[in-house]
Amino acid sequence: MHIILSNASPDPIYEQIRQQIRSQILHGDLSSGDALPSIRNLAQQLQISVITSKRAYEELERDGFIETVSGKGSFVAVQNPELLREKRMSLIENRLAEIVRDSIILGVSLEELREMLEILYKEV
Amino acid sequence: MEPILAVQNLSRAFKDFKLDQVSLTLPRGYIMGLVGPNGAGKTTTIKLIMNLIRRDSGDIFVFGLDNRTHQKEIKQKIGFVYDENYFYENVTLEEMKQIVAPFYQDWDERLFRKYLMDFDLPPRKKIKDLSRGMKTKFSLALALSHRAELILMDEPTSGLDPIFRSELLEILQREMQDDRKGILFSTHITSDLEKIADYICFINNGQVVFTNTWDKIREEYLIVKGPKELLHQPVRDLLQGIRENDFGFEALTDKTDKIKSLLDDRAVYEHPSLDQIIVFTGRRDGDVSAH
Repeated sequence: MHIILSNASPDPIYEQIRQQIRSQILHGDLSSGDALPSIRNLAQQLQISVITSKRAYEELERDGFIETVSGKGSFVAVQNPELLREKRMSLIENRLAEIVRDSIILGVSLEELREMLEILYKEV
Repeated sequence: MEPILAVQNLSRAFKDFKLDQVSLTLPRGYIMGLVGPNGAGKTTTIKLIMNLIRRDSGDIFVFGLDNRTHQKEIKQKIGFVYDENYFYENVTLEEMKQIVAPFYQDWDERLFRKYLMDFDLPPRKKIKDLSRGMKTKFSLALALSHRAELILMDEPTSGLDPIFRSELLEILQREMQDDRKGILFSTHITSDLEKIADYICFINNGQVVFTNTWDKIREEYLIVKGPKELLHQPVRDLLQGIRENDFGFEALTDKTDKIKSLLDDRAVYEHPSLDQIIVFTGRRDGDVSAH
């Protein structure tokens, strides 16, 4: 698991942690059942307050990405495959929406965008 | 769970200074930073928690126990690290330990040896030959070796270099792996606290200005900057510590939604540092433009 915190980021620390763990789960770098460091251990290692790491975990738990078993610690939750696919799709959707907005501002047509996407998809 | 420390409406008047109705609560498992300018009442508050001076009114509960009626048992579990050097200068660390250890039922000699090693403290050195940072570390080693649960530190980082300060913060975070412990830490170097403090209590002129989790405080306040035309009365009423110059103004607000709906993108917004919050809430509105 990687977590890189930036003091220059406009996002608060707990949000940076939440996003990074979430994206590692969505990308499959972390899979169901993987153990996460304890809240206190995470705080110590990243040199942040316990409340901050606790908040990151609470939000991940609320969104169903991780589970905390008292006395055992926190784990990546068993992901419902359909739900996981939905989450992945919405991740892509959000980014595409940004690109569409930019395209409209810059006067790129849907046709041109489609072409670009096809070429890029084949190249990667 | 009972808070490890609860201070309620604590007051004490001196000739030229008054600690006025101070209340704060620290739950077990967390670090609280006590901040404020010099003379704000930080040391007085800590001395009262240690029951070293008399109060006029108010209550202090440590581990849920009244700190006057249960003074003896409470002090067995408090580690007190403070600014002024209270050791005998001419004895070695080892000798000093032999003086201190018998006072504590839970003294752990093995733990003490371990801390001396971890903190790079030479047991045969005389206390007067220690640097300031080493004295603080020694004081902390003594506190931790009697298995203190509440650690009270009065300005432990003042006068210390950044390397030592960061080492001290690491030591404290290591201690906080144990969720029964609590740390109250007074300082005017707020960058030390921004990283590791869970709670902040800000006192000024003997009164609590705010006390909350650092996360909440950070979210509640915004720095607002913009051209002076924006400063009509309804806006001014929402701002604190307004500072104007020839080119614009900057101020602090805790009415973030209202300010944003009034000024929207005509102003610039920034999340303040703890230092900025303290400076803006502590100063009077002023115009610094040339006349």
